[in-house]
Amino acid sequence: MLHLLWLIPALPLAGFLILATLGKRMPRKMVPVFGAGSVGLSAIVAILIAFNFLTSTPPGNSYTQVLWTWMDVGGFHPQIAFYLDALSLVMVLVVTFVGFLIHFYSAEFMEEDEGYSRFFAYMNLFVASMCTLLLGSNLLLLFLGWEGVGLCSYLLIGFWYRDPVNGLAARKAFIVTRVGDTAMTLGLFLLFDKLGTLNIQELMHRALVQWPVGSTLPVLAGLLLLGGAVGKSAQLPLQTWLPDAMAGPTPTSALIHAATMVTAGVYLIARTHVLYSIAPQAQLAVAVVGVATLTLAGFSAITQSDIKRVLAYSTVSQIGYMFLALGVGAWSAAIFHFMTHAFFKALLFLAAGVIIESLHHEHSIFKMGGLRKEMPVAFWTFLAAGCSLAGLPLITAGFYSKGLIIWGAWSSTRGSGALWFFAVFGVLLTSLYTFRLIFLVFFGEMKTQIHKRPGFRMLMPCVVLAILSVVGGFVDTPEFLGNIHSFTDFLHLALPPVTEGPLRGMSELGSESLVTLAFLIGLYIAYLFFIRKRELAEAITTPAIAKALHRFWYSDWGMDWLYERVFVRPVMWIARVDKNDFIDYIYSGMALITELFYHGVRKTETGRMRWYAAGIAAGSIIFLAIVLFL
Amino acid sequence: MASIPMQQGLLLAGILFAVGLAGLLVRRNVIFMLMSLEIMLNAAGLAFVVAGARWGQADGQIVFLFILTMAAAEVSVGLALVLRIYRRFKTLDADAVSEMRG
Repeated sequence: MLHLLWLIPALPLAGFLILATLGKRMPRKMVPVFGAGSVGLSAIVAILIAFNFLTSTPPGNSYTQVLWTWMDVGGFHPQIAFYLDALSLVMVLVVTFVGFLIHFYSAEFMEEDEGYSRFFAYMNLFVASMCTLLLGSNLLLLFLGWEGVGLCSYLLIGFWYRDPVNGLAARKAFIVTRVGDTAMTLGLFLLFDKLGTLNIQELMHRALVQWPVGSTLPVLAGLLLLGGAVGKSAQLPLQTWLPDAMAGPTPTSALIHAATMVTAGVYLIARTHVLYSIAPQAQLAVAVVGVATLTLAGFSAITQSDIKRVLAYSTVSQIGYMFLALGVGAWSAAIFHFMTHAFFKALLFLAAGVIIESLHHEHSIFKMGGLRKEMPVAFWTFLAAGCSLAGLPLITAGFYSKGLIIWGAWSSTRGSGALWFFAVFGVLLTSLYTFRLIFLVFFGEMKTQIHKRPGFRMLMPCVVLAILSVVGGFVDTPEFLGNIHSFTDFLHLALPPVTEGPLRGMSELGSESLVTLAFLIGLYIAYLFFIRKRELAEAITTPAIAKALHRFWYSDWGMDWLYERVFVRPVMWIARVDKNDFIDYIYSGMALITELFYHGVRKTETGRMRWYAAGIAAGSIIFLAIVLFL
Repeated sequence: MASIPMQQGLLLAGILFAVGLAGLLVRRNVIFMLMSLEIMLNAAGLAFVVAGARWGQADGQIVFLFILTMAAAEVSVGLALVLRIYRRFKTLDADAVSEMRG
């Protein structure tokens, strides 16, 4: 059964090839059959493999399928090989399953769009690349998938390319992530140069043997890989591309910019966790990046007015939690949060897509309102996902996964009180911006009329994901709530457990209680400002300093402004000044010479037949002379 | 029967070819240009026959037959073109028919 592993990326790839070549010619009804069907089959294969993996775990808790040798150059012979263990299995399951639901949803969402088959082709290519990224047994194959998902992200952000703004957002995403990718490439070079292989398992083994803990090389390699992860996962300081990426179609935002691709950085760090365990400084950097991102993005999310941008900042913030978990060595908590986040964040976007579609492509939350009664399915599913995101205690998945991370930040040897404090403060922010969103969109008065209602194909995935966002957390609960650890136990086949330090005066129950308190405070502030006393919200933003702060947070802490001045403008200025440098002369000179030749030869085209005959005669004489005398 | 030396035969062929080429380049009347072309073809054919005689092989004469056939085909196409040109331009001056220039 496990030998079917290659089908997981191959099926969506086949779907992409079929849609890319025949998509324009096949009837419209067939497009989603291929588009969603290929991903659905891939999900079924993944489930079968998972079943097989669980019932008869292969020796060494992992399975490698070597397909062929990619290249063989000077001792460097990466293979096209897939590596399956508990970590990649969980990731692949989530990607294909959530991916299928989103494809299913897109079948209706994109139905009217002229680029119907193009959309599905890109989405299929994305799933294929993502599965390659997750299953690749060496870092080069992982990097192929890594760049593949980057390409699909670019293509899908700029999907409606007729609007130049979308093209700009797509380019921004591509260029900003490229900064991180450059660091990652350097990291790969460094690892290959020093350890002589890119096969991940072999690499980790050699790193452990050759590099002492805390020496320069692993720290450097860890930081370079972190650079790549930061770019792809939209963490500080490269997070600026993700909010703009919302220019793409909503299913794209759900699949790529929330549920799967942006967590590739988390996967990369979890995959190379051995490297980080011998580079404590690099791992601390991961935790700091995570904590800083989750706090700053939380503040930005509070001020946004576009529904998709609120969700985008919340994605950035939640991935910050995953980075924090990685940084304190709570590897399985990070993957657990990845899974629950994939469920509720995909759902939030899908439900937001339903609302946006129903309200004539209205994005501003201040023009929505009162949709609770009008769109009950969207409301209840959005509420379930929102509660899961904010971490409504006891019954939602988000509570369990986030609680595990926050407890890890306190109890792990690599954790600290400061990390824990910011993580709990982040819960308050999360709860505040989530309920601000829910109260503004679904409560109060109706401001925009509904113009079309979503059909079954859009609502069904929402309901499935809503169920998962609630029950998805019960696979792993804290000690005082049943003490179930099936998820973490399974992941411990691939990832080491948290190394708990000496207890520092607080139990897991205490930590969870404070998280609950933070959640309630956030909920209460949102209730006070956006339901109870709307005028209070206005009053608090009237003073000049509050307005300035609001603008500052709204513009993502002025990051875009800063980058515009520090990087974009100088480069543009140099480009403008240096427009006429000598390199251009070489190319324009070549063009000039060709043009001169053209004009010269053109003169001989007189239309006079006798001249042509003379030319032929002279040519043959010259030719004969060359043959005879040279 | 005294055989003709090869050099003389080839010389004749060369002269004929040069005469034909000169005629082709100098004459402006299309009919005369076609005739010059025939002379050049026959010069080439003569060279083949002479070479065939020199080596005692039939190849040269066979190639001459081919040249004859091709010349016939060429003339028929050429004359048809000449007729069309005359209908259209009311002249046979090749230089007048120089509309197609680059």
